[in-house]
Amino acid sequence: MSLTQKSATEQLALLQSGELTSVELTQAYLDRIQAVDSSVGAFLRIETESALAQAAGIDARRAAGQPVGKLAGLPVAIKDILCTKDTPTTCGSKMLENFVPPYNATVVEKLLAADAVILGRTNMDEFAMGSSTENSAYHPTKNPWDTTRIPGGSSGGAAACISADMAPLSVGTDTGGSIRQPAALCGCVGLKPTYGRVSRYGLIAFASSLDQIGPLARTVEDAALLLEVLAGHDPLDSTSVNAPAPAYSETVNQPLENLTLGVVDHHFGEGIDPEIVSAVQKAIEVYESLGATIKHIEMPHADYGVATYYIIAPCEASSNLARYDGVHYGYRADQAEVMAELAEDGSDEGPLVRMYRKTRSEGFGPEVQRRIMLGTYALSEGYYDAFYLKALKVRRLIRQDYDNAFAEVDMIIGPVTSNPAFAQGEKNSDPMAMYLEDLYTVTANLAGVAGISLPCGFTENGLPIGLQLQAAPFEEEKLLRAAQMFQTATDFHTRRPELS
Amino acid sequence: MSDAPYEIVIGLEAHVQLKTQTKLFCRCSTEFGNPPNTQTCPVCLGMPGSLPVMNKKAYFLGMKTALALNCGIPKFTKWDRKNYFYPDLPKGYQTSQFDLPMSEEGYLDIKSLKDEFEPRRVRIIRAHLEEDAGKSMHDEASGKADSRIDLNRTGTPLLEIVSYPDMRSAAEAKTYMQELRLLLTYLDVSDCNMQEGSLRCDANVNLHIPTENGTIATPIVEIKNMNSFRSVERGIAYEAKRQYDVWQETGKVLGELPKQTRGWDDSAQVTRSQREKEESADYRYFPCPDLVPVVVTDEQIEAVRSEIGELPATLRERLTSDFGLTSYTADVVVNQGRELVDYFLELAAASGDNKLAGNWVQGEVLRILNDQEITIDQFRISAGQLAELLQLITSGDLDSSKAKDVFAVMLDSGKSAAEVVQDLGIEKVDESALEDLCRLLVERNQRVVDDVKSGNQKAVGALIGQAKKENPNVNPGQVRQICLEIINNL
Amino acid sequence: MSLTRQDVEKVALLARLKFDDDQLDKMTSHMVQIIQYVDKLSELNTDDVEPMAHALDINNALAEDEPRPSLPREEALRNAPKRDDECFLVPAVLGE
Ligand SMILES: [Zn+2]
Repeated sequence: MSLTQKSATEQLALLQSGELTSVELTQAYLDRIQAVDSSVGAFLRIETESALAQAAGIDARRAAGQPVGKLAGLPVAIKDILCTKDTPTTCGSKMLENFVPPYNATVVEKLLAADAVILGRTNMDEFAMGSSTENSAYHPTKNPWDTTRIPGGSSGGAAACISADMAPLSVGTDTGGSIRQPAALCGCVGLKPTYGRVSRYGLIAFASSLDQIGPLARTVEDAALLLEVLAGHDPLDSTSVNAPAPAYSETVNQPLENLTLGVVDHHFGEGIDPEIVSAVQKAIEVYESLGATIKHIEMPHADYGVATYYIIAPCEASSNLARYDGVHYGYRADQAEVMAELAEDGSDEGPLVRMYRKTRSEGFGPEVQRRIMLGTYALSEGYYDAFYLKALKVRRLIRQDYDNAFAEVDMIIGPVTSNPAFAQGEKNSDPMAMYLEDLYTVTANLAGVAGISLPCGFTENGLPIGLQLQAAPFEEEKLLRAAQMFQTATDFHTRRPELS
Repeated sequence: MSDAPYEIVIGLEAHVQLKTQTKLFCRCSTEFGNPPNTQTCPVCLGMPGSLPVMNKKAYFLGMKTALALNCGIPKFTKWDRKNYFYPDLPKGYQTSQFDLPMSEEGYLDIKSLKDEFEPRRVRIIRAHLEEDAGKSMHDEASGKADSRIDLNRTGTPLLEIVSYPDMRSAAEAKTYMQELRLLLTYLDVSDCNMQEGSLRCDANVNLHIPTENGTIATPIVEIKNMNSFRSVERGIAYEAKRQYDVWQETGKVLGELPKQTRGWDDSAQVTRSQREKEESADYRYFPCPDLVPVVVTDEQIEAVRSEIGELPATLRERLTSDFGLTSYTADVVVNQGRELVDYFLELAAASGDNKLAGNWVQGEVLRILNDQEITIDQFRISAGQLAELLQLITSGDLDSSKAKDVFAVMLDSGKSAAEVVQDLGIEKVDESALEDLCRLLVERNQRVVDDVKSGNQKAVGALIGQAKKENPNVNPGQVRQICLEIINNL
Repeated sequence: MSLTRQDVEKVALLARLKFDDDQLDKMTSHMVQIIQYVDKLSELNTDDVEPMAHALDINNALAEDEPRPSLPREEALRNAPKRDDECFLVPAVLGE
């Protein structure tokens, strides 16, 4: 097994024992990126110099016996949605092509404090809107298992870099499934924490009441290690919960006794790929063999999740993205062109209004514009009650479904997606088909509960299949332990795509 | 107003900058007057990824004000986004409160010192918190040039106080704003500086016009940019007349035209349309997902209520009922602010004569403050020093005109009343000597005696003049009284 | 619920976006399709349901009124597309 194929936990042990330096490890990943990323496109920017400098600094401190952080020397890839001081942060958008934040996101601060080596920025759907990473303004990311297919999204780069051994750990964000779905399609582990578990300060907002930052890794142990660093209260985020973050990595290897898993029969209904059904059912059997009890439960409003989500998320997005108006930062349309355009169509629109409109129409891609339009419409006079307010009420019903379920079971087990990775371009012209990709993942965001995706099989074509476990709010510790039970009993996470 | 062929209906929206050190949602300073864009951070710049955290003090200052305005405080309040695009609004929305404001249903009583209108209770719909916008600066002279944006003010906490349309004249509106300012000053929740913009107001104005077919209402116009009490009065008066003219010309009534926004142009003394030509406003309010609700307990509310000191209305009441001041004097003293009231209270206590203290504060003291454009804390004569002077009046050692002379010297020299009396050589005239003098004068002036006897008491004035010539220290009042007694006993 | 091309044009202005004719047709048809789908929520009776705007029930996240340093002006203005030494610049703001 090559160095880059080892788990982060194993690498950390080597770093701690002195058998490996961070510079060696970082260089190994930089070499791997150099070798394979041209065919995957997981990264938007590689930060070679600063990564090596950071690694050297940590090595020196470790060698001198000085205290080092929890992740000391481990490379981490960061989704290009987390603000990093004095480093471009584009959110996959032309709008922020030249944006250099004057501050660090709280999780970036935490990673730096933990002495993680920041390897580079991963690709994503523009403003995290998408399920295929085809909506990046820069380039699409490809699935390492089949580069004609999509890696999922919006954290497609974050998942693909893990699956192609270009980083041992990566940080993604999940608003409707954006960590779990690409993790499933790329065959890695991805965890969406409970809303409020990880600070959103510095996470460029898509839908504020749904967005959460979480870890992607090859193993559950590695995900626990990274979550431990990311989680915790932040006074800069009013929605961050003031509760201590457990040391997940210390408990992840303790199997759960008397585990009760809930199965929603509806999850296996119409429209789901039989290969996925079979893989998930086998996974359920694995749990049974490990002593878990399986209960059949109802989630009567789960089917309304996508509709609810595609009202709430665009409404919040339409407001969150109003700030991109070409005034204080980001792209601005050429002033001479604005004036020429106004003169040409003889509009009585003021130059300021036209500057806004031209800036936003040129700076945002089609999917982002579509969602801004949807949200603006759903919040506008006369439609608010029918759309937005209605969606908030259904959201409550969905949350109640979860509360009822968690009164009966410890976790809900099921699929992450209804299909394996699809071909690039397949769903581009049909937004509704793309939105339905989120069927099994959006409800966790609406309810604010935690969810994890982990590899549970492969299709005949060799495409990874994901298993989803969802737990009650702030039960990440149990979630990780349950996932680790599965990974200890299976070897799906050890397989690797073949990339030249 | 009574002769106008219409009734003006006015509701006011006052915006009060609360006296916090930091902004509503970030910890940038709110200090006024610093160079542009030196008081900003990722949050108030609306930078991607930044998040707001509510300023605790702003909430409690808002609550204190709302309680003083007799508002109810709901236990639960939340924050909403008001979405619109403007360059001085970097997030593209203003964080405000929509359907569940932090306070509602109060009132403010107003009355006119000059009897311009009957005392009125102006009801308050709500007072809610919101963030201020930045400043757009446009150089009119340079024509097409860019506007410059300064975001120092962005995010400063504002309390928006919305009244019912209860006012019926420009003078009432002006008085409401003055009374509100006074209240805010007593509460010490705002600098209330209209020039610096820490107290601003918009007025919703329309007319009720009696016609043969019943009373009609003209379309409501919102007037903005009134940044002095005088402009509030003049802006509304102008707008009323304009609406009447427009109605006569067009006959358009409420509901036939959308609500219009007009700005008061103080230099031209007119309101001008600030028409949003592209669209009618649709703010798409919705709950801010980045902020969590505030929930308060009865104990917290009561604790804030107990911090509210005596307010102008109660003070006026106390000064008239307990101190025997006329309601005019009480108004004048209270309207100058808490510091002058404290000065009066100290003066009354030390001098032992409430009415005299009231008259002196309202008269001499205020005249000097106005002449010198100073406040009471810059006034040279302390309440204790002035009390000594008043005591000399009460004891009859000084008459009021002498006392004013002494007061003037005290003001210049900083000396005590006793010292000045001595310096000026003012001596109290012995009573028997005074009586002797009066007798002598009565004897010398038979004509005066005759005039007085025939009913012309004023004639005694001639004797006062003569007495002063004989001895400049005599008290004219006493001379008058003694001479009259002697004549009447003749 | 029907949505016309004119409605979409109005929403575009409200959202400060601008579409040419082709884009407007496409946007209208996509929005109609999505709105038809989300309209399935109207199947549910939600009369007695409390709306849920936040994913978690926390209140009173309040900060003390203690000033912290602001950004140096150069940092604040660094990302501005157009600026002078002190301010952000925008095409003339009229009607003020
Ligand atoms: Zn700030």
